[in-house]
Amino acid sequence: MIALAPEAAVGTGHRVRSRRMPSLSAVGLLPFGAYLAVFLALPTLLAIASGLVGGDGAFTLENLAALGDPVILTTFWNSTWLSLLTAAVGAVVGGLLCYAMLGFPADGRVRSVVDAASGVLAQFGGVMLAFAFIATIGLQGVVTVLLRDALGVELYAEGAWIYELPGLVLPYIYFQVPLMVITFLPAMTGLKPQWAEANLTLGGTPAGFWWRIGIPVLAPSFLASFLLLFANSFSSYATAAALSSQGSSIVPLQIRTALTSETVLGRENLAGALALGMIVVMAAVMGLYALVQRRAARWQS
Amino acid sequence: MSAERLAPRPAVRWTILAGVGLLFLIPIASMIGFTLRDAGGGSTLEHWTGLADPANAGRYRPIWTGIGNSLVLAVVTVGIVLFLLAPTMVLITLRYPRLRRPFEFLCLLPISIPAIVLVVGLTPVYLTIGRTLGTGAWTLAFAYGITVLPYAYRAIQSNLDGIDVKTLAEAARSLGADWLTVLLRVLAPNLRGGLLAASLISVAVVLGEFTIASLLNRQNLQTAVFVVSKQDPYVAVAFALLALLFAFLLLLVIGRVGRIAGTPRRRRTRPAQETS
Repeated sequence: MIALAPEAAVGTGHRVRSRRMPSLSAVGLLPFGAYLAVFLALPTLLAIASGLVGGDGAFTLENLAALGDPVILTTFWNSTWLSLLTAAVGAVVGGLLCYAMLGFPADGRVRSVVDAASGVLAQFGGVMLAFAFIATIGLQGVVTVLLRDALGVELYAEGAWIYELPGLVLPYIYFQVPLMVITFLPAMTGLKPQWAEANLTLGGTPAGFWWRIGIPVLAPSFLASFLLLFANSFSSYATAAALSSQGSSIVPLQIRTALTSETVLGRENLAGALALGMIVVMAAVMGLYALVQRRAARWQS
Repeated sequence: MSAERLAPRPAVRWTILAGVGLLFLIPIASMIGFTLRDAGGGSTLEHWTGLADPANAGRYRPIWTGIGNSLVLAVVTVGIVLFLLAPTMVLITLRYPRLRRPFEFLCLLPISIPAIVLVVGLTPVYLTIGRTLGTGAWTLAFAYGITVLPYAYRAIQSNLDGIDVKTLAEAARSLGADWLTVLLRVLAPNLRGGLLAASLISVAVVLGEFTIASLLNRQNLQTAVFVVSKQDPYVAVAFALLALLFAFLLLLVIGRVGRIAGTPRRRRTRPAQETS
């Protein structure tokens, strides 16, 4: 790749300097290149490799057999439906919020507050969100107590599900909706008012605009955001780890168990095999995302 | 803005905003209510006043250590962004435009690699680092530099797209400036919006990081709050509230900075309007 660069520089109009500079400026790429190699490429390769190496250090596909274990299959299925459910709810509610945002000026106060709040909840949340929900619907949470004392509704009559898989649904939705706002709002505000005008001029109704123009144009962006939300909750760890300190109901928690105890299910290097499984799922989702995003970009100019 | 015609009626938009907003405020309000609760079921401020009580200093020490570590991590991570990522991006814009797409791919890649997967691969890397550089918390910044990469890249790139880097660099060079001067005194001031936004979002991400620190057994703000929550859930919730509030204010600033950085063309022709 680097061999291409000198022509590129010359081609854009540098005459004298560029012939002398390439060797020197190529050196400039090295520090960051080395950094990426050690802290991005190496860990990723090690994670993949550790799933393919046996206890004796030799190449083996045996660890991958663990991915067919019923316990592991259940974990992947749990992660998948949790991600599908929370991504779907997040996409719909977040999309609705984006629709409402169209009415507020981009540099106004409402948009600033919604932008900042979305950023906090989507990117900063993690452990803090777990505490928020323990304080809300924990065994002694404010809402739990309120429901019990005021309405006589026992939230945990059937066991403390907040610390198990169902307990993750609400906290996950709580960070999925803001992420939807962050990723989908640019597409929403990218709708051209001229299209609405053209629609009205040609005798269309405002509702007809959404059915015939708005929704078809936004559909790819919506799907792309949905995929991003899926990837986000599939890979999320902190909230689940803080809520359930023992369990291993979803893949990231299963990796934690595999990392902190020597053997799980009588297998070594299970963490590597699970990581490999996650990479495959994430690669598929993000590959699909890139395809859909390309389709979506057609209308964004 | 021009989106007026597509916008829902005020009644509709305010209903949606208020509905979703109220639902989202329930957990926040519950956190506040939770920290004001006393053992007998009444309300009290003692969980908040207790934060400053020297008698509790020992119990809360993990949190102060965690905050200290997280601040150091934030500084080193911002250093990586400003002195490693940013110059490389300028170099690629000036000299290797053909590398832009592959470079962008690399920088956005960490989004699709879950932190928990990265940890599996980072464990052996950090064993080596532990032997050479020690096990200080600051070493995590190398991993965090990767975590913040997609966000920092986007912030800086949108600013780079808005200024004519080539012309600026050539003008400075033909006036006799060396490359360091070009970088520090010509390009950096033009990129300050993007660099500031990249730094602030990096700080927010670093302060919120839990996965890598917790599984590599390092202490930062998030792991400390988690540890303290085992003994004193009230204090943990109080700190969680403060941390969320701090991040919210940080991101409000980012929004403002980003808006200024995102409109460099207009800023150059009509400087007066953008400063408000």
